Amino acid sequence: MSEIAEQARVVAATNAAGAPPTAELHVDGLRVSVEGKPILDGVDLRVPVGQVHVLMGPNGSGKSTLAYSLMGHPKYQVTGGAASFDGQDLLALTPDRRAKLGLFLSFQNPIAIPGVTTVNFLRAALRAQGKELPAREFIARLGEEMTALRMDASFRSRYINDGFSGGEKKRAETLQLAMLEPRLAILDEPDSGLDVDALRIVADGVLRIMEKSEGRMGVLLITHYYRILENLTPDRVHIMHQGRIVDSGGPELAHLIEREGYDPYTTATSPPGTEVSRP
Amino acid sequence: MTVQAHELTKDYKFGFHDVDVSVFRTEKGISPEVVAAISDHKQEPAWMLKFRLKALEHFFKRPMPNWGADLSGINFDNIYYYIKPVDEMGRSWDDVPDSIRNTFDRLGIPAAEQKFLAGVSAQYDSEVVYHSIRDDLSKLGVLFSDCDTGLREHEELFKRYFGTVIPPNDNKFAALNSAVWSGGSFVYVPKGVRVDIPLQAYFRINSDNMGQFERTLIIADEGSYVHYIEGCTAPTYSNDSLHAAVVEIIAEKGAHVRYTTIQNWSDNVYNLVTKRAIAKEDATIEWIDGNLGSKVTMKYPSIYLMGERAHGEVLSAAFAGNGQHQDAGSKCIHVAPNTTSNVVSRSISKGTGRTSYRGHIRVLPKATNVKANVRCDALLLDEESRSDTYPYMDIENPDVTFGHEASVSKVGEDQIFYLQSRGIDEVQATALIVNGFFEPFVKELPMEYAVELNRLLALSMEGSIG
Ligand SMILES: Nc1ncnc2c1ncn2[C@@H]1O[C@H](COP(=O)(O)OP(=O)(O)OP(=O)(O)O)[C@@H](O)[C@H]1O
Ligand SMILES: [Mg+2]
Repeated sequence: MSEIAEQARVVAATNAAGAPPTAELHVDGLRVSVEGKPILDGVDLRVPVGQVHVLMGPNGSGKSTLAYSLMGHPKYQVTGGAASFDGQDLLALTPDRRAKLGLFLSFQNPIAIPGVTTVNFLRAALRAQGKELPAREFIARLGEEMTALRMDASFRSRYINDGFSGGEKKRAETLQLAMLEPRLAILDEPDSGLDVDALRIVADGVLRIMEKSEGRMGVLLITHYYRILENLTPDRVHIMHQGRIVDSGGPELAHLIEREGYDPYTTATSPPGTEVSRP
Repeated sequence: MTVQAHELTKDYKFGFHDVDVSVFRTEKGISPEVVAAISDHKQEPAWMLKFRLKALEHFFKRPMPNWGADLSGINFDNIYYYIKPVDEMGRSWDDVPDSIRNTFDRLGIPAAEQKFLAGVSAQYDSEVVYHSIRDDLSKLGVLFSDCDTGLREHEELFKRYFGTVIPPNDNKFAALNSAVWSGGSFVYVPKGVRVDIPLQAYFRINSDNMGQFERTLIIADEGSYVHYIEGCTAPTYSNDSLHAAVVEIIAEKGAHVRYTTIQNWSDNVYNLVTKRAIAKEDATIEWIDGNLGSKVTMKYPSIYLMGERAHGEVLSAAFAGNGQHQDAGSKCIHVAPNTTSNVVSRSISKGTGRTSYRGHIRVLPKATNVKANVRCDALLLDEESRSDTYPYMDIENPDVTFGHEASVSKVGEDQIFYLQSRGIDEVQATALIVNGFFEPFVKELPMEYAVELNRLLALSMEGSIG
């Protein structure tokens, strides 16, 4: 099986580069309900640090629900299964403790916090995670990352996400990713709503952060588009449908979806007559 | 309930009190005799005694307000109306008795004075115990003293303005203040003088069952500028205290007065204050009014825009925690043409806390081309907390541009989650959101006060969530 061989090669390569034994995200049989309605129906997933895993699936299949659940949103109730990172039970931790453990979620729709400037927000987050930098160094780092993401300096003193355009929000999320240097980044559609140039900037940004982490960061990338994968070659691609991972494979699986859509899965797994919308 | 009350006292770091060192106090309760005793003790001119006794009649005659906050807990017979803490006012902190000086040290006043203030006045119960003003300012003719000294040393100027902005019969508590007033500040800024760094008055209640009735009169002569800041704290007692101040401001032609309040009374204080300013031609008045403390506050800083092109701003922030009711607001009365006013109010309620915004905009028939804008936003921290808005508008001239916006929102689970997902815990996340909500207010404060306010807010958040 060539894809397993490929995965083994990647792991071997990362280990050869001197990375510590890899921490992993483990998700086992995870079941989640929202307001009493079951959404995730037993999700199994492994994402080792140093790898990029892609999660695809039709609208409403539960991708964001998985992302929120892993980060600990109070609305998403875990009704079964387990999730851990680096051997630590995630489900027992508050969201801030999960972040301190190294998780990060780039939101599909990040919310505005009026009155809290981007710079103060980032400083508070770094301080909370024990990663505070001396003021000068912090400002310099922030400047560099903003330049790399082609963000105007005025965004520093703008209230976080307040009045940001869709694309600006995605860049701001990526900026936070760059500054916070998590060990496991869950990126929920960092590429949706971006123009061609912005898409390249964000994709390059994620790639750069990935490279800079030298194998210390894992990525679970939720996307509908093949394009972002041209920059970020995934180690594994997983397909979610109706709250389960229904297939996993190498990068070629994303090609397949790009060409053929989700029909093979939807017709195979839905009861007759259930129509699942296409992206 | 007990847990919540405990949390409140725990959070309030100014709740300590000193042993009583007072040198004179009137009997508990209010009567013409008590008023006469105060006036006599101060050796006032006869006209002031007459003024006081007349005001007392108004006080007795006026019913309690039947609107606003619940004032039924006030027992006028169980209050000391005048407590004199020391024989002589200090010109140096060394002149102030140790226990009182320690209190002001703990409140950080002498340190602030050295760093960033042009003058300081510290009132303890009924009298100002310490007073100072920078030499260069007094050489320019700037007067800054307690109000009693103002009356004694500048009687003519004092008499010309005193009680002209807020007459004794204005409301029950203004009447009470007019009858028993003591201390407060008297400020005069001569023509064209700009006092570029703030004057600060600090009001401290120390005694149990105390009524503090300071009286402030600020006169900014033509083309002058002054920024006056007041701060207030008190010990936490099981008995209620009453604070009923009157503040009168006159901004002459082209003058600019900014008045900043950070009120942080303990949660046993009824804070019922009348504040009003007159803005003449091209003058500007700014009320920056922060209400964090007290059991009940009723306060509606007002601006009478009497001269053409006068401008008024009211920027207020209120925080009501468990058991607190902040009934605050503003009044802008446009008397002259081409006058403008802008009101921004932000309030936060937590637990059983309640905030009310009561605003009145009035445009008189002669006031053409008026621009008035009101924006008030309330934030609720939980299911229990409450906020109400009562806007009143009397527009008697159609030539007006008027805007009014109001909103009430809850701290969103999604906002908290977003901040938490970055490693910030729930308490800090709430504090960040609250600080963000107050940002339009905080950014108008001198830096030192902004830092202090954010810290106070963070304290009020603690122990309240999760
Ligand atoms: N907070 C919520 N309240 C009610 N229903 C929800 C909530 N969150 C998710 N759901 C429901 O759960 C299902 C999965 O939603 P989810 O957002 O996880 O899908 P998704 O795979 O991320 O879709 P998309 O590709 O459109 O982003 C949907 O039917 C959605 O309506
Ligand atoms: Mg989604």
